[in-house]
Amino acid sequence: MTAVEPRKKSVRLWAVVFWLLVWQGASMALAALYPHGALLLASPLSALARLGELAVTAAFWRAALTSPVRILGGFLLACALAVALAALAARYRRVEELLAPLVSVVKAVPVASFIILALVWLESRQLPFFIVALMAFPVVYRNVLEGIRGTSRALLEMAQVFRVPLSRRLRGIYLPQVLPYFRAAAGTALGLSWKAGTAAEVIGLCSGTIGERLYTAKVYFQTADLFAWTAVIVLLSVLFEKLFLRGVDALAERWCA
Amino acid sequence: MELRAEDLRKGYGGTAVLQSVSFTAGVGITRVTGSSGIGKTTLLRILLGLERADGGTTNAGCFRWAAVFQEDRLLEQLDAAGNLRFALGAAYDEAAARALLAELGLGDAGGKRVRDWSGGMKRRLALARALLAPSDALALDEPFTGLDADNRAAAQRCIARAAREKIVLLVSHEDDALAGAEVRLQ
Repeated sequence: MTAVEPRKKSVRLWAVVFWLLVWQGASMALAALYPHGALLLASPLSALARLGELAVTAAFWRAALTSPVRILGGFLLACALAVALAALAARYRRVEELLAPLVSVVKAVPVASFIILALVWLESRQLPFFIVALMAFPVVYRNVLEGIRGTSRALLEMAQVFRVPLSRRLRGIYLPQVLPYFRAAAGTALGLSWKAGTAAEVIGLCSGTIGERLYTAKVYFQTADLFAWTAVIVLLSVLFEKLFLRGVDALAERWCA
Repeated sequence: MELRAEDLRKGYGGTAVLQSVSFTAGVGITRVTGSSGIGKTTLLRILLGLERADGGTTNAGCFRWAAVFQEDRLLEQLDAAGNLRFALGAAYDEAAARALLAELGLGDAGGKRVRDWSGGMKRRLALARALLAPSDALALDEPFTGLDADNRAAAQRCIARAAREKIVLLVSHEDDALAGAEVRLQ
């Protein structure tokens, strides 16, 4: 396994501090120029203060738990389907041909179109789950299929000659080959899942979710709330990405080493 | 126990690679010789069931084979024991594996992953894998590539021992000490 390597740190603390200062300066300038300028762009300090206020409420934690459950549920369903169908597509050309138009359509059509269409069919609480599964599927499917296709023919022949059973081939040959592809896809798909899932919650007005709180912040022009909830989404997204990828790495270490 | 091939033929894109190859091979070493590109590896691949001959017959499918391929074909992320366990499964015998690895000069390879090994070490591990696997017949395609004189002698001893009870087909350009029957491809 070579691809499961730590990523080079691309975000530097000094750069983050710089942009926070720019944000703070812009907010203060707007507040000085216009009577209600602070409403147009809340400062990072006021967003942080608002986050502190929200964090002690039960509604905050309800929303901060409800959204990840639905979004991660959709993501995990997408992963399971994508891996199973990629394995079938690698084995049977017809399956790949059958899925190709579907995958292309999902990749090309804007997520808002799917959300509005799905709203016609589903209850709003099911919406994020469905939309996330739909959006994450093509990313994982294509990468895993590419990984399976790249499996060494020479090693498979060796396994054939030595009569190695499928279970051992999966562990010794396919997994080390496919896991780096799956890992890269999962990282991308998880970020996409949070974006698509939150958009579905906002448009579908899913009760008790982060998306609903974002919508409320927009309606009442509460930019501090908007930034506070956005920070929550980013934190949750980073947290779950790190946890998930660490799990994949642990699996790779245990199964492939 | 006799391996038979009659009138085996194989071509790629209209170019004949094997032309009417017939031979029999019993227990012991049978050297497969011929100039480069004459089809020695293709013949082994057909016998191993990895390619289908265009014509002719063979009873190779009746035997359980183990092989050293032209390339090492090892699982680079695993160590020696991991590679042997992968190929041998329940037939893996740790004491036998240790003894053979030591004989082949790999006793001190320890738990180091194969990707960090030299070419010669990988070749010897590929040979150990073939020799330890339960089989009736061995197909050895250039097993001495990259081995120095001492390691080649050790590998030859191990092969000669296996040849007492197995059919061994040996493709080698080395002018080695292993005597046996010969199938010359032309």
